Amino acid sequence: MSLLEAPVRVRTAHAVVAASGLTRQYGEGDTTVHALRNVSIEIEEARLTAIMGPSGSGKSTLMHILAGLDAPTEGSVTIDGVEITGMNDKQLTRLRREHIGFVFQFFNLLPMLTAEENILLPLSIAGEKPEREWVEELLETVGIADRSTHRPSQLSGGQQQRVSIARALISKPSVLFADEPTGNLDSTTSKDVLALLRHSVEELGQTTVMVTHDASAAALADRILFLADGQIVKEVRGSTAAEVLAAMQEVSGR
Amino acid sequence: MIAVALKGLLGRKTRAILTALAIVLGTGMVSATLIFTDTLHRAFSGVFSAPYEQASVVVSGKQIVTGAANTPSVPASLVARIKKVPGVEAASGGFLFTTVKLVRANDKAIGKGGPQFGFGVDPADKRFTPLALTTGRWPSGPGEIAIGAVTAAKEHFAVGDTIGAKGTGHVHHYTITGLAEIPGVSSGSATLAAFDVRTAQVLLDKQGRYDSIAVVGSPDVTPRALAARIRPLLSEAETVRTSAAEAASVNKSVTGGISGFKYILLAFAGIALFVGAFVIFNTISMTVAQRTRELATLRTLGASRRQVLRSVLLESAVIGALASLFGLVLGLGLFKALETLFTGLPQAGTVFSAQTVVVTIVLGTGITLLAGLFPALRATRVPPIAAVREGAELPVGRFHRYKPYVAGAVIAVAVFAIAAGVLSGGGAKSVLVPAAGGMLLLFIGVAMISSSLVAPLIRVVGAPARRLGGSMGRLASANSGRNPARTAATAAALMIGLALVTFVAVLASGLESSTKGDLTRQVKSDYIVVPDTSTSATYFDAATGPALASVRGITSVSAVRSDNARVLGSTISVNGIDGATIAGAYRFAWKDGSDAVLTDLGNGAIVDSKWAKTRKLSVGSPFQVQASNGTKRTFVVRATYHPKFQAVFGGILVDRSHFDRMFPNPQNGYVFVNVASGASPAATAALAKSLRPFSDVTVQSTPGWIKTQLNDIQTTLDVFYAFLALSVIVSLFGMVNTLVLSVFERTREIGMLRAVGVSRRQLRRMIRHESIITALIGAALALPLGIFLAAILTRAMSSQGLSFHLPLTQLVYFAWVAVVAGVWAAVLPARRAARLNVLQALQYE
Repeated sequence: MSLLEAPVRVRTAHAVVAASGLTRQYGEGDTTVHALRNVSIEIEEARLTAIMGPSGSGKSTLMHILAGLDAPTEGSVTIDGVEITGMNDKQLTRLRREHIGFVFQFFNLLPMLTAEENILLPLSIAGEKPEREWVEELLETVGIADRSTHRPSQLSGGQQQRVSIARALISKPSVLFADEPTGNLDSTTSKDVLALLRHSVEELGQTTVMVTHDASAAALADRILFLADGQIVKEVRGSTAAEVLAAMQEVSGR
Repeated sequence: MIAVALKGLLGRKTRAILTALAIVLGTGMVSATLIFTDTLHRAFSGVFSAPYEQASVVVSGKQIVTGAANTPSVPASLVARIKKVPGVEAASGGFLFTTVKLVRANDKAIGKGGPQFGFGVDPADKRFTPLALTTGRWPSGPGEIAIGAVTAAKEHFAVGDTIGAKGTGHVHHYTITGLAEIPGVSSGSATLAAFDVRTAQVLLDKQGRYDSIAVVGSPDVTPRALAARIRPLLSEAETVRTSAAEAASVNKSVTGGISGFKYILLAFAGIALFVGAFVIFNTISMTVAQRTRELATLRTLGASRRQVLRSVLLESAVIGALASLFGLVLGLGLFKALETLFTGLPQAGTVFSAQTVVVTIVLGTGITLLAGLFPALRATRVPPIAAVREGAELPVGRFHRYKPYVAGAVIAVAVFAIAAGVLSGGGAKSVLVPAAGGMLLLFIGVAMISSSLVAPLIRVVGAPARRLGGSMGRLASANSGRNPARTAATAAALMIGLALVTFVAVLASGLESSTKGDLTRQVKSDYIVVPDTSTSATYFDAATGPALASVRGITSVSAVRSDNARVLGSTISVNGIDGATIAGAYRFAWKDGSDAVLTDLGNGAIVDSKWAKTRKLSVGSPFQVQASNGTKRTFVVRATYHPKFQAVFGGILVDRSHFDRMFPNPQNGYVFVNVASGASPAATAALAKSLRPFSDVTVQSTPGWIKTQLNDIQTTLDVFYAFLALSVIVSLFGMVNTLVLSVFERTREIGMLRAVGVSRRQLRRMIRHESIITALIGAALALPLGIFLAAILTRAMSSQGLSFHLPLTQLVYFAWVAVVAGVWAAVLPARRAARLNVLQALQYE
């Protein structure tokens, strides 16, 4: 099975992830921090959605809640039409196995496993057998086929992040969440990594949510949501980096 | 997931090895104990069951009293009657494994502490001797002997030489006609002496008697049937058993001693394992904490809690299994050490049974798994979101807030169990099981609350570091308080070993001071004659009394007879005293009576008041005493006394003439001697000279004798310390582990310290101070705990006269040992910290 023959999803604006009325507070009384205030969004299928905003805007909190890592104080989230707020640990574990992929800022690869073993880890956790061709294709796509037996410490930052993306893609999740995927990379390798994410959206129809504060990263997104003070303040589609930067400044300066 | 756990373990080899070391010593000791006792078992059973293999049934004297001066015997005339029983092909009387001491030309007994075996062999039928001749010929006549080949080589005896031998009486001299061995067994330091059976009878003062008669039946009669045919011929003092039953009963009595020994060794191994469990708990907890991010990542990738639990447990299991395997290997080494420590025991080929392997591995793996269970459960509580957080901490367990209450409850239960145990007043089992269980619980309970004691303790034990250690000392003191739970758990491991050492030391100190006080109070005489320490005998020749009486300058000699007897259904030691002289040698602590009863005791008895109370006897009560040969006699309680904790005599004292009339072959237990001018070297020499013919007794001035008794306590104590030191060493591994891991955790911080100008030396000093502070916390917990435990036990035994005494110098010494342990534990971690590359350390994430 080649990449192009991978299950092509119908490109409609169907919402893979939907959130409504999300509120998240930390602490109580005078020290209450309102990380999110009544946020409602829908993440469209087979699109790259970027969430941007200055530090403390609540963008990370939003992603954590969308991904089921954190629970909202109020509001609800559905993934593939299934309500995830209030799920117990067992259900959340199933959800992560079948519907969610993660890419982290610090890669979070397991140092004792080789690149390939890291990529296959989600399958092995779920007790599934990898399809050999799919694995080969994935290694090829992320460009580390020749380094599949290397350990993370023998790989560059960009290579590590590509392994991490492959790991997120291996189980063909409904949605891939990337948390500042270029936050720990230089600009050249950032480009490679972003190109890979873009490629997976284009070619695999992989629904992706990316939190970033890098304008050039966000510029690759189909849709950019701007957060400030825990609220969505702006939404842009198909922008250039310059436009994104301008929008960021507008948002930050508010 | 399994691969992840295993590869993770491989990636942390040093840590895994350090963790495993904590349990290796314990498992090593378990396997060494099992190998040692199995081997002993084989050696002994090989020795004692060999003679019975040839016989169908065995006729022997019925043992009424254990540990008596005389072993039961049967009349020689019985052999002829047995031979007439239909189905009997052969019957032969003899002596097997009786006690005969070999004596050098200088009248000193040969063989230090080992058993001294004597055999009487029927010259017409040598089938029933376990001995095999290696040189020369069998002895066959009054002046002849065969001795052990090993003894002969060691003591330079050869066929044709003359050697002394001693039964219950004087030394007799014999010519060596042959050398013999027990095939397949090295007899250790045991000495062997074989005679023709008539010569043995004379030497052992058992003319016309045998220890046992071996009977061979014709093939068509079963041993059981044969025994039934012989039984009607026997008196009630004799018994017949099939040779299998006889061998089993002999083995049982021998192995009973071995299993007691085994349980003591296993108890020490258990303590080492218990301490090891603490260390493992602590190390795995730290490892899990350091892997929070990794575990959280696994969770985001879809790992379930159960999978996380399993992966951490799998690590523990692998560490435990590996450690157990190493423990088995170490066990073989320790076994050799035990063998050299206890030379003199018979030896056989090393027995490395499947049971040893299984028990060691199951125990080692099981304990490691158990210790890893709590950290593993905590690992399951790592939330997936920790994967994206900086410096995530391990979440506390669900029941964390109940910890102080649980700890309180555990301590309460522990103290209750200890109290119930020591106050139960029952047998060893009903005292030891709850008391030991309570102690373990107490250690766990104290370890649980110790994290809240860490801060105040650091204020005290950290003071020297802060005052004397400069800025590094202050940093070290602060570092120790950073993670109280971890410091507490590390210190707790050391606490257990040190607390037990303290417990033993305080108890022994009380024991020593009670013994010294009690013995000094009781014995008034200048000198005391006792069996030589090189022999395991408790009785000696009654002729020593008259022999001493003829020495010049002696004012009084009071010989005290001693033997075990059966009284009111149990075995008790009975002494025969001379009413005319005893008051000058021994001070009675009268309860109901006075020295006046001594002079006309008649058929009266002086009994221990405690014993009398439990037996519901009081002055005027009659009771029956049965000697080892079955003779019965009734005595009447004339007076009661109680010699506090350390008694010189047994529970019952009767008049010596009555004693001599009822006990077979009466022997002395003590002879008290007073000399005109008090103890002096000249008097000692004169007394020793008159005792030379007796070869196995020794005369000591009373203070010297008391000192010997105290030395015996000290020797036992030293063995205890040596075994408890193993637990302290295990906790040392724990300290190394904690420091290595905390250095690893603080890599960036250490880089920062170095960047701002801290020298390598200062860094090492900081780590060393941290280590010493942890060790001192351990000591600060251990000493009071050990003293407390000793106080409870002493209190419980105070009614028996045991007093409480604090060995202050020793306690200070133990604290010092803790400091040294701290310094040692810091060596490796400090070196690691000092070697960190500053730049890399700063960039470390």
